[in-house]
Amino acid sequence: MKNISKTTKSNCITFGIVILAYIIAEALIQTGHMSSLMEGIMVPLCVYVIAAVSLNLIVGVLGELSLGHAGFMCVGAFSSAFFSKCMMTSSMPEGLRFFLALLISAATAAVFGILIGIPVLRLKGDYLAIVTLAFGEIIKNVLNAFYVGLDSAGFHFSMKDAIALDMEAGGTIIINGAQGITGTPRSSTFTIGIILILITLFVVLNLMNSRDGRAIMAIRDNRIAAESIGINITKYKLMAFTISAALAGTAGALYAHNLSTLTASPNNFGYNQSIMILVFVVLGGIGNIRGSVIAAVVLTLLPELLRFLNDYRMLIYAIVLIALMIFNWSPKCIAFRERHSLKDLLKGKKNTKEV
Amino acid sequence: MKKVLSLCLAMAMVFSLTACSGSGEGTETTAAAAETTAAAAEDETTAAADEETTAAADGETTAAAASGEGTFKIGGIGPTTGSAAVYGTAVANAAELAVQEINAAGGINGYQVELNFQDDENNAEKSVNAYNVLKDWGAQMLLGTVTSTPCVAVAAETYNDNMFQLTPSGTAVECLTYDNAFRVCFSDPTQGTVSAQYIAENGLASKIYVIYDSSDVYSSGIYQAFAAEAENQGLEIVGSGAFTADNKTDFSVQLQQAKDAGAEMIFLPIYYTEASIILTQADSLGFAPLFFGCDGMDGVLNVDNFDTSLADGLMFLTPFSPTAEDEVTQSFVAAYESAFGETPNQFAADAYDGIYAIKAAAEQAGLTPDMSVSDICEAMKVAMTEITLAGTTSESLTWNADGEPNKAPRVVEIQNGAYELLAQ
Repeated sequence: MKNISKTTKSNCITFGIVILAYIIAEALIQTGHMSSLMEGIMVPLCVYVIAAVSLNLIVGVLGELSLGHAGFMCVGAFSSAFFSKCMMTSSMPEGLRFFLALLISAATAAVFGILIGIPVLRLKGDYLAIVTLAFGEIIKNVLNAFYVGLDSAGFHFSMKDAIALDMEAGGTIIINGAQGITGTPRSSTFTIGIILILITLFVVLNLMNSRDGRAIMAIRDNRIAAESIGINITKYKLMAFTISAALAGTAGALYAHNLSTLTASPNNFGYNQSIMILVFVVLGGIGNIRGSVIAAVVLTLLPELLRFLNDYRMLIYAIVLIALMIFNWSPKCIAFRERHSLKDLLKGKKNTKEV
Repeated sequence: MKKVLSLCLAMAMVFSLTACSGSGEGTETTAAAAETTAAAAEDETTAAADEETTAAADGETTAAAASGEGTFKIGGIGPTTGSAAVYGTAVANAAELAVQEINAAGGINGYQVELNFQDDENNAEKSVNAYNVLKDWGAQMLLGTVTSTPCVAVAAETYNDNMFQLTPSGTAVECLTYDNAFRVCFSDPTQGTVSAQYIAENGLASKIYVIYDSSDVYSSGIYQAFAAEAENQGLEIVGSGAFTADNKTDFSVQLQQAKDAGAEMIFLPIYYTEASIILTQADSLGFAPLFFGCDGMDGVLNVDNFDTSLADGLMFLTPFSPTAEDEVTQSFVAAYESAFGETPNQFAADAYDGIYAIKAAAEQAGLTPDMSVSDICEAMKVAMTEITLAGTTSESLTWNADGEPNKAPRVVEIQNGAYELLAQ
């Protein structure tokens, strides 16, 4: 087994963790050992894992800070929900409809990724972060002003209010301003979520180990050196940005098809959400894909598992978050863990204390 | 190093998975309540005790679990943290108060009632999680959710499970998409329509300017219905100024527009915080039209640093006035004030009526706690349309099969810093 490289092995472990978690969870659901809460939270877990992994592509691999990731999710969510809502009355089978909705969400988010990327990627560092933050807010606010209706005469569009749509009787309002889209079919399932996670991991991990991925990482490590050996910086930056946006779009589609209401409100697609996704990435380790997966799962589950604390929940959650950050990333803690690691203990080395 | 890290994280994940399976087993014991072992019963009681807010309810839980006698389990969902916490807390408090009163008076059909109120942070996704927590707990009926958008999401879930749902204050039309959902408050369109009718019938004004929050479902919903009805009633809307949640501290542009358009009245289908700013800014512009609001205006007198004399003459539609003189309201206000140290708002009143409506309907249908969730729902759907409730929000509340309440609208005017009931 010498010819299996270290990265391949590491990637296999990542896929293995996801598949194993799926098998365990699915077994618990099938045998009825899973609580309704856990069963209900499975799809959101998949959403946040995909979002975190895709953001890690920008933050970890490309080395740029993006604070507008929820904006791409929002675009994906609305485009796919819009499509599903329009197609609900047609005779299209649900599976095909959802598959197309996912493709549409990825495509729309990718287009937005390119559109935003062209001007924005001329900036770097803090400037890029601020502009992406603004992008996320713009998307949210523009969608809040959209009114789209459908009747026998076709689509009606307005940015004023629903009355201005001037609909015929019997028409349906699809996007109703701040009320967003209601009545999206619930097509998201845990299995589809896991498949999407696997696809996301496959895309991101393969990209990282490809020629293009090495070029992207070269830009991250030393832009001038990368440019001097003829790497097309704009092309590779745009590539990473677009792929990341498309993956975030599918996460948005999964989100939209899990709830029967979709609004572009600050608590689901605002900058808080973008920062939350960034927290997953930072806690899991910048550039560490497996870490993002685990961090997203742990941090999404945590507030729900802390429900017994009632209103102190959010306080404890924040404290746990700080503690986890320090435990994971404080240089002293890293040194401490290296000295007292469990692995050494298992190997029987001399140790004073267990961690 | 990386391996150590991934090991740690993997451990964390394994831990969280064991935690899930742990809670999974917990629920199973709840489901198979008949066969609970002593140890499991103890677990369950502790879990329930954690969730209960009062010591009194603790005692009942233990007693009920010990004797094996059934209790009605009512779940509640609303934001008790975050920006909308004031509404959720009011509902949680009032519902708790009503449940305590009902238990003290012998319960529903002789069975005690348990209430479990879960936080949803005014977030649809969290709200569905909260609903699933309540399902694990064994909730048979749902009082919630407090806010509209989460309510739409949860209504789809309760419909799937066929669980009876009564929202105290979810005003969006979509909350009642399915027939298992009812509400205590008026819907957004009803409020808009009723406001327009009231203004026209009383000849308050003919030129009206509307300031509304276009990013808020409640506000834009009322505005749309108001604009439609105003046309029928021959009222002229001289303009409308929208603002969004991100931009709600300066209204001088909208007020200037209203002034230039010669508006006699400004209609404010918004919440009281922004309304207090509008009143202050209108005063500093020397602009004094009539102001008319909806139920979100309730609470305007309690805004910090707000000169309440500016609110004199402000009229609004509200289901509840704490100064109303009927007996039900008086005893509710007194009990609420002594228990929580503050005057109840309309959300509290809606929740209080909601619990009593559940009680009345459950008694009408002759429910027992051993019935399945679905059977309870079917019985409640019929019973809700048969009851008449004398509550805090109306003297005679009835429901139709759509889930909408029938009650006379009340309009209050603020005079000398107090509510004055104008019409009902």
